[in-house]
Amino acid sequence: MADTNISPDERNVKLLAKLQERGIDVGACYQCGRCSAGCPIGDHFDLSVMEVVRLAAYGQEERLVKSHAIWLCAACETCATRCPNDIEIAALMDVLRELALRKEIAPAEPRVPLFHHSFLGSIRRWGRVYEIGMIGSYKMKSGDLTGDMRLGLKMFMKKKLKLRPHAIADKTQIREIFSGKGKEYDR
Amino acid sequence: MKLSYYPGCSLHGTALDYDQSVQRVCRQVGVELVEIPDWNCCGASSAHMTDHEIGMRLPMRNLVIAQELGNDILVPCAACFQRLKAADIELRRRPEYWDVKSYSPEMKIIHIATFLAQEQILGRIGASTKRALGGLPVACYYGCLSLRNPKITGAEKWEMPENLEKVSAALGARPVRWSHRTECCSGSLTMARPDIAEKLVGDIVAAARRGGASAMVTDCPMCQANVESRQDPAGEEEAIPVFYITELIEAAFNGDYSRRQQGQHLVTASVLADLFAGDSLHKED
Ligand code: SF4
Ligand code: SF4
Repeated sequence: MADTNISPDERNVKLLAKLQERGIDVGACYQCGRCSAGCPIGDHFDLSVMEVVRLAAYGQEERLVKSHAIWLCAACETCATRCPNDIEIAALMDVLRELALRKEIAPAEPRVPLFHHSFLGSIRRWGRVYEIGMIGSYKMKSGDLTGDMRLGLKMFMKKKLKLRPHAIADKTQIREIFSGKGKEYDR
Repeated sequence: MKLSYYPGCSLHGTALDYDQSVQRVCRQVGVELVEIPDWNCCGASSAHMTDHEIGMRLPMRNLVIAQELGNDILVPCAACFQRLKAADIELRRRPEYWDVKSYSPEMKIIHIATFLAQEQILGRIGASTKRALGGLPVACYYGCLSLRNPKITGAEKWEMPENLEKVSAALGARPVRWSHRTECCSGSLTMARPDIAEKLVGDIVAAARRGGASAMVTDCPMCQANVESRQDPAGEEEAIPVFYITELIEAAFNGDYSRRQQGQHLVTASVLADLFAGDSLHKED
């Protein structure tokens, strides 16, 4: 909705341009609250989903990248599926997380990006996820050494955790992807 | 019928038993699976949540390989399915942007429940069923990613899906009516915030019990692992097992649910074996 005029004094026009380019029309939001109502994790958010959308429309990037909400979002897509204005809210959360990481903003939920980092580290190395290695790396990084110990042991005893990683053959392509292929054209 | 097969990392790890049951069921109903050679991880939620380019390029590599094989792709994991679908839509839209010369294959990406609920396959499942599941009350649980966002998944009924119910009913089980069929299990948040995962799973399990189910049935390996592992650790006696839909099919094919198979579950999973044992007692008197 290009003609919607939301213009607080200070807004980050770069953020708005980025959202537009990704087809995320935050200006179309009329604050009906459907997204917030259906969010399974909303009870734990500091900003409700509809607040995230409105703040994005205001270009208030700083509040957003520091929020708990962007890290607690599980990408379940309930909000975007039910939004009557077809706003890609889950994709908005993706953009905000990526921005927060690129700007090295201290995450309000530090363990969440550490988990993603460990997960991606495993893919970067093997081309596939190797669970024991990924969990080990997450535990080391997060310092959460004792959490889920009982569960881990149970899975181990049930032979659910593979002892050796499987590396794919063509690791060059994976390396290219992780070294930022395509990013050279991205702002 | 020949399909390309994308198992994904879960099915080669903690959900290995899901992979095996999918393969055996497909063989039984006359569908040949050809694993996509040298497939890589789809990136799951971690990639698209933190890096758009990586989140797209990882699944795209698999699609480019699968394009050569030409067949439709069968995907048992809901997360992989959603990532492959998202990449497929984007790659068709502008292949050159993603450094692919051309991409417009006929091939479709099919999630397992959609595949199984086709009339033809349901018929073959019925024909191979040795022992119907005697009205076992099951709560069919879909979770998020095979359904949402329907713009990506192409799901026709994303709020009131029915594929798992169709398959369960064809096996003689009784799908119960309940409230949390498409609620989120917390996905990958489970590692960093187990407290939230326990809350969400607790609500889901309580709803399944209220519906009268004695087991849950799913088509997502992440839902299966989260719902079994995040149930109240103290109340293990009353824990509700979560079966993969293909496990349920195999049990009906074989009229048996072995101890070995039960051992794959993180909670007591004897309800199918009990059902069959009860049946045979019945027959004897
Ligand atoms: S559902 Fe859509 S229109 Fe309604 S408040 Fe949320 S973002 Fe705005
Ligand atoms: S995608 Fe994130 S914000 Fe949207 S409903 Fe799901 S958890 Fe909430």
